[in-house]
Amino acid sequence: MTTTTYAEPTRRHQRHPAPRPSLAWNIADAWVLIGRSLRHTVRNGDALFMGVFLPMMLLLLFVYVFGGALEAGIAQSDYVDYVVPGVILLTAGFSAATTAVSVTTDMTTGVMDRFRSLPITNWIVVLGHVVASLARNLFSTALVVGVALLIGFRPSASFLDWVAAVGVISLFILMMTWVSVMFGLIAKSADAASGFTFFILFLPYMSSAFVPVETMPAALRGFSEHQPITPIIETVRGLLMGTPIGDSAWQAVVWTVGILVIVIPVSARLFRRRTTS
Amino acid sequence: MTNSHDYAIRASGLKKAFKGATVLDGVDLAVPEGTMLALLGPNGAGKTTTVRILSTLLPFDGGEATVGGYDVAREPGGVRHVLGLTGQYASVDEILTGRENLVMIGRLYHLGRARARDRADQLLHQFNLADAADRAVKTYSGGMRRRLDLAASLIAAPPIIFLDEPTTGLDPRSRQQMWDVIRDLLRGGTTILLTTQYLEEADQLADRVAVIDDGRIIADGTAAELKERVGTERVELTFASADDARAALHVVDRTDTAHLHDDATRLSLPVDAPDDVRHVLNALAAASVPVNGIGLSKPSLDDVFFTLTGTHAPHPPTPAEDGTPTGARPGTDTHPQTLSNSGAQAR
Repeated sequence: MTTTTYAEPTRRHQRHPAPRPSLAWNIADAWVLIGRSLRHTVRNGDALFMGVFLPMMLLLLFVYVFGGALEAGIAQSDYVDYVVPGVILLTAGFSAATTAVSVTTDMTTGVMDRFRSLPITNWIVVLGHVVASLARNLFSTALVVGVALLIGFRPSASFLDWVAAVGVISLFILMMTWVSVMFGLIAKSADAASGFTFFILFLPYMSSAFVPVETMPAALRGFSEHQPITPIIETVRGLLMGTPIGDSAWQAVVWTVGILVIVIPVSARLFRRRTTS
Repeated sequence: MTNSHDYAIRASGLKKAFKGATVLDGVDLAVPEGTMLALLGPNGAGKTTTVRILSTLLPFDGGEATVGGYDVAREPGGVRHVLGLTGQYASVDEILTGRENLVMIGRLYHLGRARARDRADQLLHQFNLADAADRAVKTYSGGMRRRLDLAASLIAAPPIIFLDEPTTGLDPRSRQQMWDVIRDLLRGGTTILLTTQYLEEADQLADRVAVIDDGRIIADGTAAELKERVGTERVELTFASADDARAALHVVDRTDTAHLHDDATRLSLPVDAPDDVRHVLNALAAASVPVNGIGLSKPSLDDVFFTLTGTHAPHPPTPAEDGTPTGARPGTDTHPQTLSNSGAQAR
């Protein structure tokens, strides 16, 4: 091997059929790009703060600052048991939304051209962000649950209930992440994409996450009962605390899967459009 | 299969339009293996579009192209295997370190982890980035980013490299470093397609120069061949005022090849023999146009460009030109590259 020139001996006249990305290559590439996105998460102070510490502080805020007052208004005896599922979903939604910023940054800087000039399946770059978001969110959710247990959260869930809850939460994270990807592909700048994060921040407040919807004014209540987050929260709450789930379970699955089925193809189309101009 | 064995890069009749506006109007290129072609033209001439099409980033409307023997339209995967691309905007990951960028890209070229690491180390040293290797790229200077970007395109040692305006916006020292790297690549046998709006760059580096304007190749040849089109020598005349210079242009009356520089007080025209200079000076004296300074120079590619298109090509600003006007110092310098001002410097 030469060390004095930049190029290794060139492979002249080597003409063979264009190599196609094999499944093994795609998996190896996905691994590399997931690693890239995870590094971004760890390096990006804002996202880490948003994803981990902010939900934790919200948990403490709701339990200790608002908790005393709110406890009086709900049927359940311990507000901490009521609010933890809500904070879990807030956490998940939150740091899924930062995916929008990652995607927009990739699309608006030269780095996407770099990836596209490589012999890889371009989509895997987005997939890396999605998987990293899932990992990041499950991690911060676990942290929130850990802190909640320390401050008196006492779930009644069996092992299977926990598995089901993690499944529903993962589905929710995926849904939020893909919606973020779509917004990231629409947004023309990282600033615009981060505005989306702000929007997502408010959805859980208008659900049964922190207070029962029965306590809201009629108009708001109509929205709250029929937005996707309420059935998801009621399902998670039912699984963890043994409250009645009722129709919430299938509504939660229909909402999440339904949104994924719409958002993923739309994102694919947006991605194609933005990478061929 | 195309007969592309002697040419590493070949394009014929490339056409591209954006929303009805023609950007490429039949571009033909042929770059023999192991040589370098400079695609020279002003902003908006179609240089970047050509590079993006040839590197499979952009679909095109007509024509054919092969890179490394692979058909650009039908075998993009093959093209990506033999090609390293360095774009106009450093396409590296800002959040990762320099080393992480190179290792990641090496692995995406499927070099394997160990080999990707070795290559990254090697390139970081060769590109003078070893000290900054473990710093996030967002802390890098413009020149460092460009070098890292170029290193990223070289990680898999591709036999063909595209360099899209690799020195635009770099300070003179960084530009010199980049040129050294490019020369080393050529010595190593790499085929290079370089785009530039700097005449000097094409002149310094390339085996052949293709001049592109308005989506068409308007001239193609060695730098020397192109220069022959505008005579063997040029005389540069400096005048006290723009009025004098315009009067002089009228007197010499060679509108096809004589042209005023951007500062409007200097006139450049071709001469074939020393007698020509005397004729010109006599004509000016007869018309009572005072000449402040005179000098002879070899024709620059700027002169070529002017002859071909009727407009000046932009060229890189030098530190003196960036600051305050240096003022007229007639006769102290006859090199048009350093004398002509950067008033037309396009962004």
